[in-house]
Amino acid sequence: MSGTALWAAVLAGSLGCYLLKLAGLSVPAAWVEQPWVARVVDFVPAALLAALVAVQAATSGNALVLDGRLVGLAVAALALALRAPFIVVLVLAGVAGALVHVLAG
Amino acid sequence: MSTARSAVLRDAVGLGLAVGLYGVAFGAAADAAGLDPWQATTLSLLMFTGASQFALVGVLGAGGGVAAAVGSALLLGTRNTVYGVRLVPLLQPRGPVRRVGTAHWVIDETTALAIAAPDRALARLAFLVGGATIYLGWNLTTLLGALGASGLGETAQAALDAVVPAAFLALLWPRLRRSSPEAAVQRRVAVGGAVVALALTPVVPAGVQVIAAVVAVALAGRPRPVSAP
Repeated sequence: MSGTALWAAVLAGSLGCYLLKLAGLSVPAAWVEQPWVARVVDFVPAALLAALVAVQAATSGNALVLDGRLVGLAVAALALALRAPFIVVLVLAGVAGALVHVLAG
Repeated sequence: MSTARSAVLRDAVGLGLAVGLYGVAFGAAADAAGLDPWQATTLSLLMFTGASQFALVGVLGAGGGVAAAVGSALLLGTRNTVYGVRLVPLLQPRGPVRRVGTAHWVIDETTALAIAAPDRALARLAFLVGGATIYLGWNLTTLLGALGASGLGETAQAALDAVVPAAFLALLWPRLRRSSPEAAVQRRVAVGGAVVALALTPVVPAGVQVIAAVVAVALAGRPRPVSAP
């Protein structure tokens, strides 16, 4: 992707996210405090973050791919289940990914 | 200084330092997605909301277009609208200038700090000190992560490729823990989102599957009726 397109994404996304914040301080509370709005907002992060985990770990373009990233993800899940701190989770995942790369090299 | 006041300050500064670790991961993820260090830092300066920033670079890194990347950032940014509504009675930002300034720091962490404070004056203090600490830390560590990740060798690149999905999983994990409200429903929605994204990957333009995964929110079902005590 060109640098211009990346800048467009960076600036448009930043403006949009800022306006969403400003809206919360500006619109009548009753607009936002409807039960179904709260419901959707509560669960959007789970759906989107899980989708990003799957796409980042197991796809490349339009293909499903199995490589070191999935091994790293499994190691990260184990570390999170054992309540390891964030930085430890990332280091373990990185080491696992690098090991697979070297062994499969 | 009162104990309540120093507890508020300690929490605010502690959270700011903890968030810094995520900033390094974000800077590295932005580099892996093909953004230069200035673009990564501009996101942290101007967007300043972690999950949306990760989503934007995640979609771009997966080969997605501008619209899909911005769309997923905005979907995650809707949380901050709800936070703003909760913060108005606590912070009472008077006049358009105060409101425009306050809005920029309305994020998960500052909202949690302000709501946890024992009274309104301390809520404002927590919001300001937490916001300032997190803003500084997040931006400095983004730059560090982005600069550190550029110029990595091939094996280190493979390590970074494995770190990015792990970072997304770490962002998701607290929502799935047994202690979070409605953890079982959150898990159902998360699994649904991942399945939808993987199923659509071969058939839609890259990045679109992430936005489409939002349909999994339907698995959460209707809002619960408020039950009588």
